[in-house]
Amino acid sequence: MTNSSPMQDIGRCSPRFDALDKTLGREQFASDFYTEDMLWAGVCRAGIAHGRIRSVNTARAEVVKGVHCVLTRKDVPGSNRQGFVYWDMPVLCGTKVRHAGDALALVVAENRQVLARALSLIEVDITPLPVIDSMDVALENHASQVHDLETGNVLKSATITKGNPAEAMAQCDVILEETFFSPVQEHAYIETENGVARFDKDGILHLTVSTQAPFRDRFEIARALGLDHNKIHVINPYLGGAFGGKDGATVQCLLALAAIHVKGRTIKMWWDRRESMLAGYKRHAARMHYKLGAQKDGTLVALECELDYDTGAYAHLGVEIMALGLEHAGGPYRIANMESRGRCIYTNNPIAGAFRGFGVAQVCFAFEGMMDRLAIKLAMDPLVLRMKNALIRGDRNCAGVTMTHSTGMEECLMRLSEHGLWKTRKKWIADALPFKRRSVGISAVFNGMGYGRGLADYAIAKVKLSPSGLIRVYNGVSDMGQGNASTFVQIAGEILCQRQDTMELVQPDTDRTHPSGSATAGRTTYTYGKALIKACEALRDKLFNRAALMLLVDDGAGFAMIPGGVRHLPSGRDLSLADLAAMMMPDDRICMAEYLMPTTPEMPKGGETFKLGFPHLIYPFAAHLARVEVDELTGEIIVHDYLAFTDGGRVLNPQVFEQQVQGAVAQGLGYALFEEVKTREALLETKDFSTYILPTSMDLPDIESHAVETIEHSGPFGMKGIGEVGMNAPLPAVASAMAHAGLPMNHAPFTPERVLGVLDQEKKDIPCN
Amino acid sequence: MQLNFELNGQPVTLFVDGAMRALDLLRERCGITGPKEGCGSGECGACAIWIDGVTKLSCLMLAAQLQGRTVTTIEGLAKDEPHPLQQFFVKKGAVQCGYCTPGMIMTAAELLTHEKMPDREMIRNAISGNICRCTGYHKIVDAVEDAAEAMQGLKP
Ligand code: FES
Ligand code: FES
Repeated sequence: MTNSSPMQDIGRCSPRFDALDKTLGREQFASDFYTEDMLWAGVCRAGIAHGRIRSVNTARAEVVKGVHCVLTRKDVPGSNRQGFVYWDMPVLCGTKVRHAGDALALVVAENRQVLARALSLIEVDITPLPVIDSMDVALENHASQVHDLETGNVLKSATITKGNPAEAMAQCDVILEETFFSPVQEHAYIETENGVARFDKDGILHLTVSTQAPFRDRFEIARALGLDHNKIHVINPYLGGAFGGKDGATVQCLLALAAIHVKGRTIKMWWDRRESMLAGYKRHAARMHYKLGAQKDGTLVALECELDYDTGAYAHLGVEIMALGLEHAGGPYRIANMESRGRCIYTNNPIAGAFRGFGVAQVCFAFEGMMDRLAIKLAMDPLVLRMKNALIRGDRNCAGVTMTHSTGMEECLMRLSEHGLWKTRKKWIADALPFKRRSVGISAVFNGMGYGRGLADYAIAKVKLSPSGLIRVYNGVSDMGQGNASTFVQIAGEILCQRQDTMELVQPDTDRTHPSGSATAGRTTYTYGKALIKACEALRDKLFNRAALMLLVDDGAGFAMIPGGVRHLPSGRDLSLADLAAMMMPDDRICMAEYLMPTTPEMPKGGETFKLGFPHLIYPFAAHLARVEVDELTGEIIVHDYLAFTDGGRVLNPQVFEQQVQGAVAQGLGYALFEEVKTREALLETKDFSTYILPTSMDLPDIESHAVETIEHSGPFGMKGIGEVGMNAPLPAVASAMAHAGLPMNHAPFTPERVLGVLDQEKKDIPCN
Repeated sequence: MQLNFELNGQPVTLFVDGAMRALDLLRERCGITGPKEGCGSGECGACAIWIDGVTKLSCLMLAAQLQGRTVTTIEGLAKDEPHPLQQFFVKKGAVQCGYCTPGMIMTAAELLTHEKMPDREMIRNAISGNICRCTGYHKIVDAVEDAAEAMQGLKP
């Protein structure tokens, strides 16, 4: 396929490196690993939401034929603590149960049938404690304690301030106040949490896991189980989705624990969908109280808000997620005075954690909701109002950071205002049939990119010329489906002038690739890409110098890369990469480089409270539009058309760019319309895909995506990152449409029941004479 | 039980517990990992295969139900070259994480056997039992549309 194989040029719409294998069914995901001698491991989970463990009796399970071991808390060496910043989650619980998915015992068995039988025979005796099933209950004075903290069930509270909001509020022409609620959302990646592990004779623990952070996993396993992280080897194939949900320990510590007890055998753990929904991480539910003050002409003046995030039974990244909520609480706008107070609250609900839009998706709903209410109140065009206040370079954003990097908010809105779907909105709305109400909503959002301050956002890239003359990229950051790995091939291809079929890619492997942080925070391509550019340039210069030796010319000047080789331009002579490789020693064919992402030197008042991830320096922006039709009889909302303008800096591969936007919009529309994890007394009611409703092909419109290519000078070829920002806009865009249709909704998702509720309210509000 | 069936054009004979799921049989006993498990309860379509040319969910079938049947999985869909759907899924960017892709393509490929030129609505209808969490379906529908045209000689 040499000639049909595309050049890996930057900016070219190039098919992904991984796509063909995936369509042929050849790609091996972690879940596709099976070995001859494989055992299965599984977990006995609490099933009740809060209680003291009196006993976990494994006697009957142990004697089942084919059971290799049944492990409980006493079999866990090390600290037994998992977590990122707060190590509050046990690998196996010994004394207390904090949510229904808590793991109490681990079984390793010959096959899945034996495993299921043994698990059913474990007897647990738990004395129930009062269940904390909501943030309100958690905050009550004498509430039962999920973790025994001095602060009760408040894991952390914090306030950031800017200017003087109380004073400024008093001077405002208009003041609006609202409370918004956003639901718990399930990641619902199609490949559930899984992996295999094996403890070898040489004392090395090998794992192949579906994870977003293979390098950090080693430390997490080592700390939890008291092992040496140097003796843990993690391989990380392509993931079948993750979206944040595989950032942090899922199966890792459990698998490692099984492997150190049953040495020399490969052990597989694969949560089924119900277990994934029970024990996996979810998006935080949030309650957001907003008070916004503005002048008559629409100028935003002051904002006060209170944000409560329900982190469930464990901290995971709850504090960092709340911090991002505070940082983004005022939207992509210029507001001189602001105070945001946040609380991250423990309950016995399912564990909340990282999810695309990390704390920001929630506040975008609230802030944009305020913008629409303000527009209605002032009888202003909602787009004009947003434009008037949109951040431009040199402004301080709502958290107080000066926008010194590319800031495309205004341009996204401007481009949207010129689009047909916006311009023809009045006619479209007027054409609604009886009992249908049409409306067009817009939203403007942003999302800090990278880890933010306090946690070095770094990557180490490695490229190698193989003996046969192929360029091999060693990727150290996971690809959960977003396409970063493919973009890395493209970056190397651009610099080294190669076609796709003369390139190879090594996926993350702690023995072969180098630590490059997690696949999170929209940082992946930016950070690793910067390191990779340096590594590729070094390799290119090295190849030129070696070629000079071979062609007996003075130095590497005057050479150029060509597909499959180098050319000496003055003489027109070519050397193939294979010939060059033959003249080089193995180490000489390798180039490595690293990169650290810049952070802001500005620290907003109150921001010191957060150790990690606050605030950010670089932001992607987006403006979205949704054309929505509401059925007044059934309460059903249909999204007819969808439009997205995204400023992610320069676009490296338009196809991958569109994929990211469309995928994020799909998740965002699910969040807006029907996705909601429901619990009753902290126990899951939406336990599977028949009760947790995901968007299907029938629920989503075609999604039109346009890039607003501001050039981010610090980024690789001018790009930023767009992994998250697209997630933040659909809910507020649909909400905006609803508000302008006279149906303001404060509680997402907008299920038919809730829509009917608002329609009823509207009828009641009509004064009867 | 002794189980005989044809798998991607090859005869297979196995001694198995007939009550195991067809999906597990393929993955654990036959080394066929193209069909994926996403839900195990018939809601996601990731495990879709063909039985005698008709799309079925292998997580809802027992091994014994394969007796005497012709089974086609994503691995067996390509003939001398990738099936047009496989080619257009690549070309149009319909693959992200790729975990739904095998099931999605099997469903779409069956559609194209009896519906030569489906419109977007028909395609959306046909794949509505296959959940994709990554793509938003837009590019998948594009790919199926283009593959249909290509199969009719209307597109290179
Ligand atoms: S795994 Fe069979 S339909 Fe989901
Ligand atoms: S591509 Fe990931 S689920 Fe469809």
